[in-house]
Amino acid sequence: MIDFRIISALAFIVLAPFIGGFLEGLDRKISARMQRRVGPSVFQPFYDVIKLLSKETIAVTASQRFLLVSYMILTVFTGAMFFFGSDLLMVFLMLSTAGVFLYLAGCVTSSPYSSMGAQRELMQELSYEPALLLTGLGFYIAEGTFRVQDIVNSRYSAVMFLPGFFVAFVFILTIKMRKSPFDESTSHHPHQELVKGLTTEMGSTNLAIFQITEWYENVLMLGVVALFIINSSVYSIPIAIIVVLFTYFLEILIDNTSARVKQSKMLFLAWSVTLVSAGVNMIIIMLIR
Amino acid sequence: MWWSVPFLIIFPMVVGVILFCIRIQKARKAIAYVATPAIIVAVIDLVVRFFAGGAVPVELYFDTETTDMFISVGEILLMLFVVIQCFRYKKYWISLLSIVPTGMILWLEYFGPKYNQQYHIRIDYLSILMCIIVGVVGGLITIYAMGYMDGYHHHHTEVPERRHYFFMVVFLFLGAMFGFVLSDSLMWVDFFWETTSVCSFMLIGYTKTEEAVNNSFRALWMNLLGGLALAIGILYFAINTGSVSFRMLTDFGVEGDALVALPIALMAFAALTKSAQLPFSTWLMGAMVAPTPSSALLHSATMVKAGIYVLFRLAPAMYGTATGTIVATVGGFTFLMTSIMAIAQTDAKKVLALSTVSNLGLMVACAGIGSPSTIWAGVFLMIFHSVSKALLFQDVGATENVLFSRDIEDMHGLIYKLPKLASFMFIGIVGMYLAPFGMLVSKWAALRASVDNKGILLVLFIVFGSAITSFYWTKWLGKLIGRTATNVKVKDITKANEMFSLTCNAVMMFLLCLLFPLLSRSFVDPLVESLFGNYYDAIPMKILYILIVCVLVVFAVPFITYFSTKDMKYDEKLAYMGGINMDNDNCFTDSYGEPKKVWLTNYYFAHKIGQRKLMLPCQLAAAAALVIMLCIVIGGLL
Repeated sequence: MIDFRIISALAFIVLAPFIGGFLEGLDRKISARMQRRVGPSVFQPFYDVIKLLSKETIAVTASQRFLLVSYMILTVFTGAMFFFGSDLLMVFLMLSTAGVFLYLAGCVTSSPYSSMGAQRELMQELSYEPALLLTGLGFYIAEGTFRVQDIVNSRYSAVMFLPGFFVAFVFILTIKMRKSPFDESTSHHPHQELVKGLTTEMGSTNLAIFQITEWYENVLMLGVVALFIINSSVYSIPIAIIVVLFTYFLEILIDNTSARVKQSKMLFLAWSVTLVSAGVNMIIIMLIR
Repeated sequence: MWWSVPFLIIFPMVVGVILFCIRIQKARKAIAYVATPAIIVAVIDLVVRFFAGGAVPVELYFDTETTDMFISVGEILLMLFVVIQCFRYKKYWISLLSIVPTGMILWLEYFGPKYNQQYHIRIDYLSILMCIIVGVVGGLITIYAMGYMDGYHHHHTEVPERRHYFFMVVFLFLGAMFGFVLSDSLMWVDFFWETTSVCSFMLIGYTKTEEAVNNSFRALWMNLLGGLALAIGILYFAINTGSVSFRMLTDFGVEGDALVALPIALMAFAALTKSAQLPFSTWLMGAMVAPTPSSALLHSATMVKAGIYVLFRLAPAMYGTATGTIVATVGGFTFLMTSIMAIAQTDAKKVLALSTVSNLGLMVACAGIGSPSTIWAGVFLMIFHSVSKALLFQDVGATENVLFSRDIEDMHGLIYKLPKLASFMFIGIVGMYLAPFGMLVSKWAALRASVDNKGILLVLFIVFGSAITSFYWTKWLGKLIGRTATNVKVKDITKANEMFSLTCNAVMMFLLCLLFPLLSRSFVDPLVESLFGNYYDAIPMKILYILIVCVLVVFAVPFITYFSTKDMKYDEKLAYMGGINMDNDNCFTDSYGEPKKVWLTNYYFAHKIGQRKLMLPCQLAAAAALVIMLCIVIGGLL
């Protein structure tokens, strides 16, 4: 009898890029419709990545490759940890370790735009990290455990105790997904002050690796959104899926309706929301428990 | 049979005095090279005997009339030294901070109420751990200093040559630290406490420049103020309970005896001065003027750890008290604020100093909460911090000797210039903050414990503080690996003895990261048990297994990917500059057709969050918290 947790972790490793890629395809399609364009096929992200992988490698420095591969493997490993049902706080801490490799991959080139993007990526991490850690703690306060496996099997949905944490998490999701107004480190459009930021010097296979890792990361983050909803009842699963899709749609909507803000404003906004929403929620729940 | 106990205390002091008298370089080095291994051997002997005896606490030296006489003489000598120095530099009022506590302690010893006889030395897990840290980390620093000080005086010809003095103080310091952590008698604790204060004063003032003198006196008065609080606490405790045993003090505290609330608060206050918490952080920052080995010594193995040691001992007694809450809050506040200040620093040594203060803050917070799991976390923080900071300080010192700069911006591409030193720096930094290594595990445990204890403020301090900590360490790491267009290797002039110490520290760091689950089971768990009297599974076995897997993955992945992509075939191109690149990645042609040099720097925000801007308000807030603490405790007595 194979453990369900192993299946779930393996499913993540195998399926996440497809789900992530498909979601990005949807993103492009919906964005296009919002802008009154037809937009590419929903499978376009896959075509792009396949094309990138088939190109010959061009790079500023060889070491970027191993840093990016490390970034990918660590992210996948962290995601697998999450879907395996292990410790949530540890998952978030490991995720920031993976992020360090991304930063290093940006810095190692010594290219001005890439380095600037990397610095901004660091600012983004600084903005969302407290909310991420607090989310982990919030689950612990509400459910008495850090273990994802136990949180899933609890009687009530965590969001009932943690509405403030949920708001904070969805807010920082925009930063984590590098979507406008918080696309500080990798702008969508290459004709701006930071060119393509962090990814400026990533070409061919390297860019494909970055892209695939982003898909893994998005699925992991949406998994956390689902974790807020899921409880021991089977009916919570479809609800969770709806909430996840809605959240994703919300991200697309925000992305399309806002212009990039300065990073000081991003930091201020993210931390304020974290403090006011998650912080106050934490105080209340600690006082009544 | 416990020869190593008096040996560890007296031998370094004797060596120190001998080194002071010998003015021949070679002879001095020869003695130091024999003395340091001897100290380490004695530490090993102590550890082996302790475990051979079943790891039960050992109490020694019941009758110590002659030794007490010697200690009294020592106290008077210390006081005279401080008074003379204060008058020499016209800082008259500071001498009072030495005269008053010494007078109080001597009065208690000879004229005060009689207190119970007791064992003066007590060896348990915590003191064994401290001895290992002081002996091994401190010992390595003395070896490093042998080489470093030669180079230092070679470059800094303006500084008067007083190496005999420097090494005397270093060895005195080690002896005093051993005495401090092994004593159970508070009279002895007080003597060694004052000795370390004076030693750090002497080290900081080594260069005798105006800045050094000012900073050394700042360190002196802050630490002596702590000493005064300690002396009052001891006096109060002795008069009211007729005992001067440290263990009795904590035992009374655990039972909730109201009589010891004040001594505990005062001792905690003293510990905060010693471990440079806000509002007393400035003395440790000022200590930067001294040569690097003394910074390494103050930051890693000795001085600041003495404060943490006292707080760990007091922790069971502080659990759930007002003192504990405020100590934890001050610690958490220090952790957050000093890590913010660290972002703004470009000077590597200052970043290290602020990060020391900030990590100490986390340890203080752990001790203030005072539950077994936080002490578990705190002990791990202490172990990791000692090794990592010793490594980083020595490494920055060695790098400075080569590059003539310790600015982080000048370390761009250090991995190509000085591969060895840069990799050591990498190991040190990564061990400091990256998941899943030791420090992060401690943060995990500290967070969980503060949630369990409903420390809302503390949770926020730690969460925000640790995000900021990652920020400044990561940006430093990025600098080290930035590819330089001219990948020139600089000649590494680090001396063999410096390299030896660095390598040992790096290997220790590596092993600690790899083996900490083992260390937890075999040493730290029993340590916590011995402090609290009951066994507590601070970190569940399941987590430990996950951690082992994480550690292996984080170690293995970069290695494997590095070696598998090393020979990758690729087309090299120049970085995009927004203009035409000129010959290499250093220049480009701008829109006026002029050559422009590329200059990359990290974010610092010095004008917004610099020390100059934040330090004073933070000090005021922390000072207010401490005043409140003392008022609550004193008010509780009335």
